[in-house]
Amino acid sequence: MAVRKNQATLTAKEKRDFVDALLQLKRLGRYDAYVATHNRFIVSDTDNGERTGHRSPSFLPWHRRFLLQFEQDLQSVNPSVTLPYWDWTADRTATAGLWADDLLGGNGRSGDNRVTTGPFAAGGGQWTITVRPDSRDYLRRSLGTGVAQLPTRAEVESVLAVQTYDAAPWNSSSAGFRNQLEGWRGVNLHNRVHVWVGGLMGTGMSPNDPVFWLHHCFIDKLWAEWQRRHPQQGYLPTAATANVVSLNTAMKPWNDTTPADMLDHTRHYTYDSAF
Amino acid sequence: MSEAGNHAELTRRRMLQGAGVALTAAVGTAVLGLAGPTGTPAAAAGPGGHDTFDEVYRGRRIQGRPAASGHHHHGADYTVQIDGEELHVMRNADGTWISVVNHYQSHQTPLALARAAVVELQGATLVPIA
Repeated sequence: MAVRKNQATLTAKEKRDFVDALLQLKRLGRYDAYVATHNRFIVSDTDNGERTGHRSPSFLPWHRRFLLQFEQDLQSVNPSVTLPYWDWTADRTATAGLWADDLLGGNGRSGDNRVTTGPFAAGGGQWTITVRPDSRDYLRRSLGTGVAQLPTRAEVESVLAVQTYDAAPWNSSSAGFRNQLEGWRGVNLHNRVHVWVGGLMGTGMSPNDPVFWLHHCFIDKLWAEWQRRHPQQGYLPTAATANVVSLNTAMKPWNDTTPADMLDHTRHYTYDSAF
Repeated sequence: MSEAGNHAELTRRRMLQGAGVALTAAVGTAVLGLAGPTGTPAAAAGPGGHDTFDEVYRGRRIQGRPAASGHHHHGADYTVQIDGEELHVMRNADGTWISVVNHYQSHQTPLALARAAVVELQGATLVPIA
């Protein structure tokens, strides 16, 4: 069984294998399809219309399926690779090991926010941004400027304590665990981390920054943690609902996976620890 | 705007973002939002949020106007342009706005959103919407 690990515990070889697999998918032209798919959903998911990947109950199972597909793609390059996660309640500064040259590289430089260190720096020639919102073709970050602080452990605990998975109207105005984890309401967890990283992570093409996968892997882990703490609660809605993916409805773009299929992550991978 | 002023503005927006107040008035949806940590009441985009604007901000021409009939792509009823290129924007249920370059951070009005996009773009030009 594949184990997804905290990035802070990875060995030098595990970091190298993960980075090399990312660069290989990029080189093969497969990486950018994930960026395009994510953006296609994020611009079409609307609060009053069809919504699947974001601002809706299926935010969590959709991203679980999206990460699984990406992880399987990485494993086709190197079978020993699994997605690591970034616990941003613990590794919460721009000097964390996550941002070192042997993993994701550092912050963007002042002026144009261009990342100039690590494997994904524009100067290395291996990470040209092709699916992009504007003319800039280099990876950008601006750690901690869009918002000063990453969420704290206490803030995460307050969201994990929310009993109900989601609630009508099943969008960015909903009460419930999903929307507070996503961040449109309440203390703001997931959205705030995108803003904290800045640069391309703040855009609809956020998977251009490899930290996207580590961020969403931690969000996925927090969903698993919520399930562990609330065994009597489950995915909602269970009944067919207009514009919303209910428990047994297949999700686009795969059309072969329902939220129900994604509830038990241990069929595919486990995490190295509870939150 | 100074760097410090810009940061203060972003911080203010964050506070407002957490405050979750009015939902789309037109449909009269019940307010389900939870008060954010600040508890600051946010004035969601009211009628002023839909005004037409046309100004030069930090050297870029930004324009906004209600979308023409039939132009309602992706749930937007409003179009924003920066130097003539369309910025993909979306309205949230609470009346706030996001764009393709600020997709995880809500702004109170299309004008505030357009100005934030100019800051984010740092002079870069938008890629035309496919």
